[in-house]
Amino acid sequence: MSADLALSCPMPLGRHTTVQLAHGGGGRLMRQLLEDIFLEDFRAPALAERHDSAVVPLGGQRLAFTTDSYVVMPRFFPGGNIGTLAVHGTVNDLAMAGAKPLYLSAGFILEEGLALDELRRVVASMREAARECGVEIVTGDTKVVDRGKADGLFINTSGVGRVLEGVSVHPRRVTPGDAVLVSGDVGRHGIAVLSVREGLAFDTPVVSDCASLAPLVEALFEAGVEVHCLRDTTRGGLATALNEIALDAGVGLVVDEPAVPVDASVAGACELLGLDPLYVACEGRMVAFVPEPQVERALEVLVRHPLGAGAARIGRVTEGPAGMVSLRTRLGGQRLLDLLSGEQLPRIC
Amino acid sequence: MRYVEEYRGADEARRYARALQSLVTRPWTLMEVCGGQTHAIVRFGIDQLLPPQITLLHGPGCPVCVTPVEMLDKALAIASRPGVVFCSFGDMLRVPGSGRDLLSVKAAGGDVRIVYSPMDALALAERLPEREVVFFAVGFETTAPACAMAVHEARRRGLRNFSLLVAHVLVPPAMEALLAAPGRRMDGFLAAGHVCTIMGMEAYEPLARAYRVPIVVTGFEPLDLLQGIHMCVAQLESGRATVENQYARAVRVVGNESAQAMLREVFEVVPRTWRGIGPIAASGLGLRAAFADWDAARKFDVVSVGGREDAGCQSGLVLQGRLKPPECPAFGTRCTPDTPLGATMVSSEGACAAYYRYRRFQSPCPPTSP
Amino acid sequence: MCLGIPGEVLSAVDGPLRMGRVAFGGVTKDVCLAYVPEATPGDFVVVHAGFAISRVDPEGARRVFAYLEEIGGTDEVREGESR
Repeated sequence: MSADLALSCPMPLGRHTTVQLAHGGGGRLMRQLLEDIFLEDFRAPALAERHDSAVVPLGGQRLAFTTDSYVVMPRFFPGGNIGTLAVHGTVNDLAMAGAKPLYLSAGFILEEGLALDELRRVVASMREAARECGVEIVTGDTKVVDRGKADGLFINTSGVGRVLEGVSVHPRRVTPGDAVLVSGDVGRHGIAVLSVREGLAFDTPVVSDCASLAPLVEALFEAGVEVHCLRDTTRGGLATALNEIALDAGVGLVVDEPAVPVDASVAGACELLGLDPLYVACEGRMVAFVPEPQVERALEVLVRHPLGAGAARIGRVTEGPAGMVSLRTRLGGQRLLDLLSGEQLPRIC
Repeated sequence: MRYVEEYRGADEARRYARALQSLVTRPWTLMEVCGGQTHAIVRFGIDQLLPPQITLLHGPGCPVCVTPVEMLDKALAIASRPGVVFCSFGDMLRVPGSGRDLLSVKAAGGDVRIVYSPMDALALAERLPEREVVFFAVGFETTAPACAMAVHEARRRGLRNFSLLVAHVLVPPAMEALLAAPGRRMDGFLAAGHVCTIMGMEAYEPLARAYRVPIVVTGFEPLDLLQGIHMCVAQLESGRATVENQYARAVRVVGNESAQAMLREVFEVVPRTWRGIGPIAASGLGLRAAFADWDAARKFDVVSVGGREDAGCQSGLVLQGRLKPPECPAFGTRCTPDTPLGATMVSSEGACAAYYRYRRFQSPCPPTSP
Repeated sequence: MCLGIPGEVLSAVDGPLRMGRVAFGGVTKDVCLAYVPEATPGDFVVVHAGFAISRVDPEGARRVFAYLEEIGGTDEVREGESR
């Protein structure tokens, strides 16, 4: 046995000169991309707020304005498709700013060769989803690109809504001592999409949580619950949303792992694929930051609504260090709930 | 989930922790060989439950960390070929070869796909007869039977457009290399439970005897690990050095004989280079001549290129248990999961990444702030 | 290394390649059972990369708790006890 041990390790791939998939994964690289390129060059104050929607004044009212593009593979998954996602996602971004969603635009980039039938199904789902959310799709655009230039179908939806009277929800309002609530079990959407992906498929599809959060938010405000901040837990899941808020609000968070609701199917799939459910995407879940005296009332309102039936209190806000989200494990140990480096990949090892 | 949840009980974990407290009389250093165990230890905060006299070292039990750069370069070369569908477990996609990883090959237009099982890659080969489907067969004795079956089935079904790039490695020779190396720091081993479900426990007897070291075959849930640690420390405290089985619900002494028969039919034992350790004789598996037509390395005639070294990366020492991740000067500063200097920081199970992600706030480097 | 998850065998089909459906806390997956010829529906198996690699022995499964009783992992700390 040789005692000369080779200590070779290749150089990293740290400085990227081209866009990587991980730049869109909702993790640390994506945050860097936003900071280095977009926030640097577009200097509108409303953009620097880094909220799900911009809130801008318009004729004595406050207007919430947001845009989002949708690329998902496969385009149809248990519980929804790219069209329902495009409506709900944008509606949810408006709701997270405390706004009542009103109007959407829809832009389509179609790849030559896409089946018209499929497009019809997607558009019909969008119409249906918009009807359910009480929003109107009032303008749109279509572009067709050569075969191979787009993955079948990309959708962009922008939306506007009116911020509710006297409402101000924003990371800035998050205060040490606030409680952290989640509106239901986490990770369904990401597992639903994986569960029908070739090479990873399950026989029992997990159904996506894809839904509009607007009614849930409205119920909170109608009941007079004081809400400091809302964030839907989409790309990168609950853990990523919590990290963003902690960084933007300049606070720390302590999360109680056993308190985070995870459905048995999602838990099983995550064990099998070596994923952490806290980082798996949702499309109909949010975290709410409320002052301690409001917790009971907020949970009452949430669980009364079918969308919030699984709502739970999962943690609290601390003084810091700013941006540090720590997790109390079920054994009583502690670990850091960090921003991921790129997308979470299924693993076997 | 049955056989999972009941091994994650906080009360039992605390009772194990107290039992360890009253058992231990002096400092002991144990190495858990398997990356899956490293993962569980940090994920559940098990090391925080241990008495201060017990130190855990994280061994070379992560295929992501030990697959050498020349093997990765072969994978990258094959994945870049037109007409190839390159299938891999998700684990290998971010591991750097020479200047690139599989994700960047994918970004550049290569058809790289994540699968859950080598059988999924085989199914792709059946569905895409005009493409060459290659599966990156990494991993230890646990994973090798799955890959063996895939290639065996390919031959049975006459699928000529399927091949394996084989990088399988064997655990006992690596454990011996660590035991024989100068400056050995571990007093006892937690052996990898799932490797032993396949291979059984016999290979460890000579190691325990020759090096006077207790070896406890251990499972992956918190209570498994705590019991394994307790059994190992109990041996050390009483001066014994034998092979014991903590993971009795899955591991038989003789292992899984039908999996072993398949391994013997498809693979032969070959020398392998380990990243961070170097060449180890008889420490890997390669396809037998009867399966040469399904050997991707031969099929695509990939010539290996050497990797560029980073002098700042001490992952070799980490893999041998001679350095704990936070002891490395680059840890958390020059070397993070976003800018990894070595595979131990890339792998989700790599000792460095596990420390960084879960325990960073206990190390001197502050959390990143915008 | 080697993520292995216990699941319950729901059905098994013998053929050139023994396959079966295995349930993992609410999701089921097709798994190769070739390496666990002794496993039948109702048994639990450890699954890795699409293959059952071992049948879970219920007797062995209790040992973690039996051992804990044996070593006196009681609720009060016993000073200076070592075996």
